[in-house]
Amino acid sequence: MPKVWDIAHCRAGDKGDTSNISVIAYDEAGWKVIREQLTVDRVQAAFAHIAKGPVRRYELPKLQALNFVIEGALGGGVTRSLAQDPHGKSLSSLMLTIELPEKGAA
Amino acid sequence: MRPRDVLRIGAGSSFADDRIAPAVELAERGELDYLAFECLAERTVARENLTRLKNPDKGYTPRLLDRMGAVLPACLKNGVRIVSNMGAANPPAAARDVRRHARDSGLGDVRCTVVLGDDVAEILRRQPQLPIMESGEPLEALLPKMISGNAYLGADVICRALETGAQVVITGRVADPSLFVAPAMHHFGWRYDDWPRMAASTAAGHLLECAAQVSGGCFGDPGKKDVPDLARLGFPFADVTADGGFWISKVEGTGGRVDLATCKEQLLYELHDPAEYITPDCVLDVTDLEMAQDGRDRVRVWGAKARPRTPTYKVTVGYDDGFIGEGQISYAGIHAVEKAKWAAEVVQQRLADRGLKYSEVRVDLIGMSSLHGQPEARPEPYEVRLRLAMRTTDRKAAEAVGFEVRALHVTGPGSGGGGSDPIVREILAVQSVLLPRALVDPQVVVKEVA
Repeated sequence: MPKVWDIAHCRAGDKGDTSNISVIAYDEAGWKVIREQLTVDRVQAAFAHIAKGPVRRYELPKLQALNFVIEGALGGGVTRSLAQDPHGKSLSSLMLTIELPEKGAA
Repeated sequence: MRPRDVLRIGAGSSFADDRIAPAVELAERGELDYLAFECLAERTVARENLTRLKNPDKGYTPRLLDRMGAVLPACLKNGVRIVSNMGAANPPAAARDVRRHARDSGLGDVRCTVVLGDDVAEILRRQPQLPIMESGEPLEALLPKMISGNAYLGADVICRALETGAQVVITGRVADPSLFVAPAMHHFGWRYDDWPRMAASTAAGHLLECAAQVSGGCFGDPGKKDVPDLARLGFPFADVTADGGFWISKVEGTGGRVDLATCKEQLLYELHDPAEYITPDCVLDVTDLEMAQDGRDRVRVWGAKARPRTPTYKVTVGYDDGFIGEGQISYAGIHAVEKAKWAAEVVQQRLADRGLKYSEVRVDLIGMSSLHGQPEARPEPYEVRLRLAMRTTDRKAAEAVGFEVRALHVTGPGSGGGGSDPIVREILAVQSVLLPRALVDPQVVVKEVA
């Protein structure tokens, strides 16, 4: 099954206890796939063991990009988290591992 | 070659401990008009406030003189003006020491102007009813343990500082993009309510505020997203025109890349609703923003929009949040993970037997599940590093965590190696409130010949 990594790239940012992760398609075809397949539910499921949520999703068609805002994702907040990666910089890599259904198989 | 009729603003740093050489390169070869340095993370001002309380001569960014000493010769030679928030909790002391350093280095008298008024701790004490943005609860509960309260000031006061003719402008807490908006406002004479130009310069500032993150840093993935000559990664600059057009680029011959991929990642970095990125200067909307490659390592950006600024300043409140104690030790080979888990249980038992209390405990298996969790779903690694981190209000209890982990060398499961020295961190946490603008008084002070 293709992964987000195959068709898009990501970066994670932090604000307090909220992580935002961009998902940017490499091309038009990839944009169609992430726009259709990379739903809030799918992202929420992938981050369920890390983030309390909720998850919000924004579309930026002119940049062929999505922006996910994931609340309660940073161990209570960057400045007080016990985590090894308090900023959640590595969470973009988790987004990239999400598997997307083959075309037409959704 | 630098195009004519543009204002060129470089990004010299993205945090207090950023690399220095790329900023020197920008100052020497970038043909810049301005060089801006962003050096304050959320809790940095709180930390420096504590420093200033212990020593009234300090409280600015610790690497201030290393950084300024490195770039000042080229900036003075090439007429590049510097704007930075390296003043942290003590901009006047920062200006004094920069000027002293310049004089002692034979660079002559450097005119510095400082921006004051971001420190609103005393104002907050009189506003206990303000709701905390993160929790909705009144600020009152935080006030007894408050260490600092700093408003994110905007480009207007930085612009006023530039109008004094200063070679160097030093601020405390200001919004990161405002460090870049102000030079453009000052140079082109833009009005502070010229929303299309506030939008463009805020977008440019946002793209530049993390320096190398738009020119190939925090980006590479070998074979998939390659970054040429990453070791010599260059820092970026923006070329801005009077009508608010702008391009992002970097110095020719430096490592890294500036293209649609790097610019898109940075545009969305730390942005939530793309229609509502709130700064002290405006409410930026990037939903119609577009980019195009315009030559090698050069991207044109247009289509940013802005609505009028909000009636409040965002204020970061730093407060004492106790301690985190930490220790680490490694296991390898057969039963490595089982030994690490056993060791974690032993340490927690020993701490409990000593009567020590912790409000939160974290057990990490580094190499397996410390970043993305789910140890049960991960393949067993050949070697693993155990990390225990615990929260407490008692410094002794925090020290005990690392003490007990290190003692595992001789009193834990077999063949544990490489135990860390105990780690104790004093936690300065932050929360935010919104403060009406009328209660804040941003000021500029010129530091003349000492």
